[in-house]
Amino acid sequence: MGEQRGGAGLVAVAFVISVIASVAFLIGYQTNGGTQWLSLSMATAFGALGTGLALWSRRLMPTGPAEEPRPVLVPPEEEEREAAQTFQEGRRAIQRRGLLGGLLASALGALGLGALWPAQSLGPAPRTSVRTTGWRDGVHLVDERGRRVGVDALDFGSVLTVFPEGREPTADDQVILLRIPPENLALPADRSDWTPQGYIAYSKVCTHAGCPVGLYQDVGLLLLCPCHQATFDVAQGARPVYGPAPRGLPQLPLQLLGGQLVAGGDFSGPVGPDRWRVGEAKQ
Amino acid sequence: MTPRNRRRASRLGRLARWTDQRVGAANFVRSTLDYVFPKHFSFLFGEVALYAFVVLLGTGVFLALFYTPSEAEVIYSGTYAPLHNVAMTEAYESVVNLSLSVDAGLLFRQTHHWAALVFLGAIFVHMCRVFFTGAFRRPRELNWITGLTLMVVGIAEGFAGYSLLDDLLSGTGVRIGYAIAESIPVVGTWLAQWVWGGEYPGEGFLSRLFAVHIFLLPAIIATLIAVHLALVARPHHTQFPGPGAHERNVVGLRLWPSYATLSMGLFFLVTAVLVLMGGFLQINPVWLYGPYDVFAVSSGSQADWYFLWIQGALRLMPGVSLHLGPYTIANQFFPAVLFPGLIFAVLYAWPFLEARVTGDREEHHLLDRPRDRPVRTAIGAAAIAGLVLLLIAGSDDVFVTEFDWSIVFVRNVERVLFFVLPPVVGLLTWKVARDLSRAEPLETDGAPPEPSSPEEPETARQGAANPAADRRATAPTPDPPSTMSRIVGAVAAAGAAVLAIGNVVGRRRSGG
Repeated sequence: MGEQRGGAGLVAVAFVISVIASVAFLIGYQTNGGTQWLSLSMATAFGALGTGLALWSRRLMPTGPAEEPRPVLVPPEEEEREAAQTFQEGRRAIQRRGLLGGLLASALGALGLGALWPAQSLGPAPRTSVRTTGWRDGVHLVDERGRRVGVDALDFGSVLTVFPEGREPTADDQVILLRIPPENLALPADRSDWTPQGYIAYSKVCTHAGCPVGLYQDVGLLLLCPCHQATFDVAQGARPVYGPAPRGLPQLPLQLLGGQLVAGGDFSGPVGPDRWRVGEAKQ
Repeated sequence: MTPRNRRRASRLGRLARWTDQRVGAANFVRSTLDYVFPKHFSFLFGEVALYAFVVLLGTGVFLALFYTPSEAEVIYSGTYAPLHNVAMTEAYESVVNLSLSVDAGLLFRQTHHWAALVFLGAIFVHMCRVFFTGAFRRPRELNWITGLTLMVVGIAEGFAGYSLLDDLLSGTGVRIGYAIAESIPVVGTWLAQWVWGGEYPGEGFLSRLFAVHIFLLPAIIATLIAVHLALVARPHHTQFPGPGAHERNVVGLRLWPSYATLSMGLFFLVTAVLVLMGGFLQINPVWLYGPYDVFAVSSGSQADWYFLWIQGALRLMPGVSLHLGPYTIANQFFPAVLFPGLIFAVLYAWPFLEARVTGDREEHHLLDRPRDRPVRTAIGAAAIAGLVLLLIAGSDDVFVTEFDWSIVFVRNVERVLFFVLPPVVGLLTWKVARDLSRAEPLETDGAPPEPSSPEEPETARQGAANPAADRRATAPTPDPPSTMSRIVGAVAAAGAAVLAIGNVVGRRRSGG
């Protein structure tokens, strides 16, 4: 009996602590006591309550071990047969009207199709915009605030995120503009006039999973995506040199127009991650 | 009994009788109250998950009252000075406000986030317990399937939840999610545009996500939990072999009053731990991350742990896509759709695969000691090794930066280990399990008695009414937990702790 009284005492103490902690929580809340105070008092209230209940169960309640038989899941064969028979009788009654059954199935099918049809409201069908961006021949490069980018905007080794002028930029329009001493570039021959005064521009959307390729490492001329570390060689047309990107970043041809940078056309390839029809020719 | 107590008891009794005469549940109530729960610490993981879900519901309702699922742009002018005059969505503003301006808001939000991590962590550990002890075998294949589905839906629910905040970190995750949806062959572009309401970033995506997060998925989870519990209760719990425990009985604590009280205690203790974590362990301080902007990103972006392994797989994948004539199966499809799909396909099929291989299609209510099934234990250990490696790959950029290592070198080592580590761990586990099993063979009680044998459940029941008598009752004591199960439990708990800590460290960011 002594052991039981001791248990009861502990449980009582735990419950009293819980009450006090709850009151402390209320006071803490009323006096803007802060997150830690609220947390500590509330956790104490819950914790003491839980401890009290666990102690009550362990010390003062039957600890068993109790035993009970396990229910039998597999029914006697007879029961199983009766269930199957009942079902079959009903089924035969339905099958006597085979045509009606067929029509019912058609009606339900048509209804289901009809009910699913409005799923199209969820979003537009993929349009040509999947394959196009806001960049055209002669479109000015502008910075985040819409200011045109001049020929002296960047020093060698620095970068800037730019957008096509005159439209609300979409996610696919973002371009990372870099300036690199021209002698360091090793671009394919057909891109030799895309980089006036060392300015070079690539789509900022990673061809792996679409994160902005935001990290530039001037040593080694590498662009790095922070999500999965796809790494691109800026000097060689943003060819992937390491990581999961399956192809390079599309390059944006650049030209100078009155001391300002403009696009010399659309990107050299499809922007963004690969998808089923990514290889389709641009319209 | 005092007269007052007696009056109250008889009033309660009348109410009970009144109800029973209308629902006819007396028999059901009696058998429910008599339900026996076998005692073992590893049986509590499922309960921890259940109680974390209750905490998620409670804290989630509070948060939903303050969250605004809107992409409308506002200029912040609230209490947090560093964000003054910053353009952001109403959604992000509402999260910053509920974190920093609403009394107790931060406590509720952080507790909610921790509860989500613990919910999925407990589900995972519970699944490991069920796997390693063979609890999925007949007749419990359906429990296994509903449990796995709970995990899948729970992962989706977690992703939807942290994507609602529209901070820079979650926005990056959503962008990757779009790329993954888009990568599904044939239908991907349609699917992504339908889910997002247009080309990325879509149209009204947050309000869709909100409906999914607070209504659709929680309703599915709650329903699945009900089915899962019913499927547990129908054949009654499994138990470890021990003196007196055999296939046709259950030995342990009765629901009423001992187990119900104990389990309620566990609920309050789980809540206490989550509230404590919510108050003292900072998680996802979105006001530091800043609002999402499709043109910005920061280094050190880590997903929550239940998505981190997919992030790791995305990183380890070599940079190739599969080209089929004019069509392309995108790179990200393989690690982020196909690979998880295969993993879950094997998990769903496991009870049936194992039954086919072993030819064992009998009912099992007694659990295996993991060591006595060395092949299964080895396969499970190998899978966990692979998972741990992917979690490391998912966060390697953080420690590579921290220790100034070469990312290329680390990544190449991980790629090799991904194929080497699981078989090695598997083989070692197989050997250790087999040796342990031989050194310490399972002592059985011999054949279980026939169901008709006089087992004296009545004696046990009568004993239960008197605690003192109960202690010297005739019914047997369950075996103390085996060494192996203690090891498995300790490793699982340590793993969960490492995940939790890694998650906090991983989400610390070096700014963009």
